[in-house]
Amino acid sequence: MTGLRARATAARRRARLPFNARLPLNARLPLNARRPREARRTRRTRLPYGVLLALLGAALLAAATAGIAAGSVGLAAGDVWRIVLHRIVPALVEPTWPPVRETIVMDVRVPRVLLCGIVGAGLSVCGMALQALVRNPLADPMLLGVSSGASVGAVLVLVLHVSLFGAFSLPLAAFAGALAALSTVYFLARSGGRMTTVRLVLAGVATAEVLSAVASYLIVTSGEPRKAESAMRWMLGGFGGTTWELVPIPAAAVLLGTVALLGVARPLNLLLAGEEAAASMGLNAHRFRAWSFVLVALVIGAIVAVSGSIGFVGLMLPHVARLLAGADHRRALPVVALLGAAFLIAADLAARTVIAPEEVPIGVLTALVGGPFFLWLMRRKASR
Amino acid sequence: MPGRIRLEGVGVRAGGRDLVREVSLEVAPGEVVALCGPNGAGKSTLLRTLYRARRPTSGRVLLDGEDVWRMGGRRLARRLAAVMQETPGEFDLSVYEVVAMGRSPYKRAFQGDDAEDRGIVTAALTALDVTALERAPFDRLSGGEKQRVLIARALAQQAGTMVLDEPTNHLDLRHQLDVLGLVRGLGVTAVVALHDLNVAAVFCDRICVMAAGRVVADGPPAQVLTAALLAEVYEVDAEVSPHPRTGVPQISVLPGPAGKSPW
Repeated sequence: MTGLRARATAARRRARLPFNARLPLNARLPLNARRPREARRTRRTRLPYGVLLALLGAALLAAATAGIAAGSVGLAAGDVWRIVLHRIVPALVEPTWPPVRETIVMDVRVPRVLLCGIVGAGLSVCGMALQALVRNPLADPMLLGVSSGASVGAVLVLVLHVSLFGAFSLPLAAFAGALAALSTVYFLARSGGRMTTVRLVLAGVATAEVLSAVASYLIVTSGEPRKAESAMRWMLGGFGGTTWELVPIPAAAVLLGTVALLGVARPLNLLLAGEEAAASMGLNAHRFRAWSFVLVALVIGAIVAVSGSIGFVGLMLPHVARLLAGADHRRALPVVALLGAAFLIAADLAARTVIAPEEVPIGVLTALVGGPFFLWLMRRKASR
Repeated sequence: MPGRIRLEGVGVRAGGRDLVREVSLEVAPGEVVALCGPNGAGKSTLLRTLYRARRPTSGRVLLDGEDVWRMGGRRLARRLAAVMQETPGEFDLSVYEVVAMGRSPYKRAFQGDDAEDRGIVTAALTALDVTALERAPFDRLSGGEKQRVLIARALAQQAGTMVLDEPTNHLDLRHQLDVLGLVRGLGVTAVVALHDLNVAAVFCDRICVMAAGRVVADGPPAQVLTAALLAEVYEVDAEVSPHPRTGVPQISVLPGPAGKSPW
């Protein structure tokens, strides 16, 4: 009864009638209450951008602290900070801890957490850029075969013992593989001038499968069982055994990539409007896309070389970032970088602690979260 | 400043078919020209060669004597703005963000929007009567609202020349008149693809009719819109008479194909 009365009141309000006016017989009472049009269209109120960045920065710090503190030897968060501060400015904090703690923090945990953050930020930023570049919300470095391409390049270097470029051989080979895979998928999906979601995802998944098969084959036939096993673990993705030497190359690549993408945030926005619209607003879409692909492949190559391929990070976090900050890349890119870093640090923490002392490969964990997210995204898209 | 458009023998060939053949056309500064013709006549393709979305396979496209395909994209975008058929997007850009894109040709990397840009965007939103939708996601608007937002984006480009591909096909009567009246009132050079010949006759200085990739008639509405042309190009039987109050030629289409009764 109250429901009916409420509906009648709503109908009167819509028709701007007094509350006690008799409704005409044909007055439409909404039976399954539809949201009013204006409410549907105005976007939800967002946090002020500065507050959002501050909150994400705090989340990143919290995740990093937890990541450094947790492990086989547990540490208090305060100790973590004092040790790190002591290392940066020795005069600031008096060392009151056993030296072995400092070794654990500085030589084992900090580089690992740092690398996690770098990789998470890089994957997310690249995912966001790829989604704009192919104008498709389902794009992701792993789904588009980029990570698998990088893996093949890296595995080739590992099994053939190439060291032409010293420490850079692995990232360079991964970059070449990533670029080759991305170009292949792009042209497969695009033949005939138009690119549909279905073709993009099919081309990406097929290429990714073929390339991971190639990488696995190379590993299995390498004839070195011990090496094969470690390569296999590396392919699943993970940060076990991270040392400081691994950090600089991906750090530089991710920093460079993120800054460069921020610089082209406007062109990325234009691509969201469509290729023709972008052209009419002065963007040479083909050239821009080609250069951006090279940039993305460079970052993904540097990342995959140290962490293996970690899926779904680059798919999920851009969507969360757009919900929080909107689609404008000038605002969304910094948000996604922070989110990605915090997420992957937290995921790695879970990977190390869930079945300690064993480690779950982090790629397994991100797939467990990301697979359902992907399906949800597809359903949401289909229902539009 | 309104620009002068000059097409010299423009041809577009794709997939073994000539979409546009040997089109030569000149539009004087400030002139508003309607591009009409049946579906598939090559109107949109011809317009694409103007806003650098499709390179012509032969001929030249000139704006103020300069080949648009030789000047930089950004330089052209400051002088020529385009309103094209909306392409569905899957990213929630807000209406304001879509209109603000029109400022990109004036911006360098890392350069933010300043007060002047915001003023221009707000003015464009107001001119198209979409200020109330400023914060709404573009993807959720109705077809007519989207069209008005895209026209506002072109306004924000502040170009002296505009190319519009069926800017009124989703609009109701009032907004059709508003939009075309607005384009007229801007004093810009404009080439507008239009389906409604009556509307074209009211708002445009010239009507250019295309069929099968060629220009088959070009001139003031009173000269171009004849029963003979309509029978030939559209294969319809129609009566053309000057409107009793305005004197503008108006078309009444009669049922059935030209010369034949369906009954």
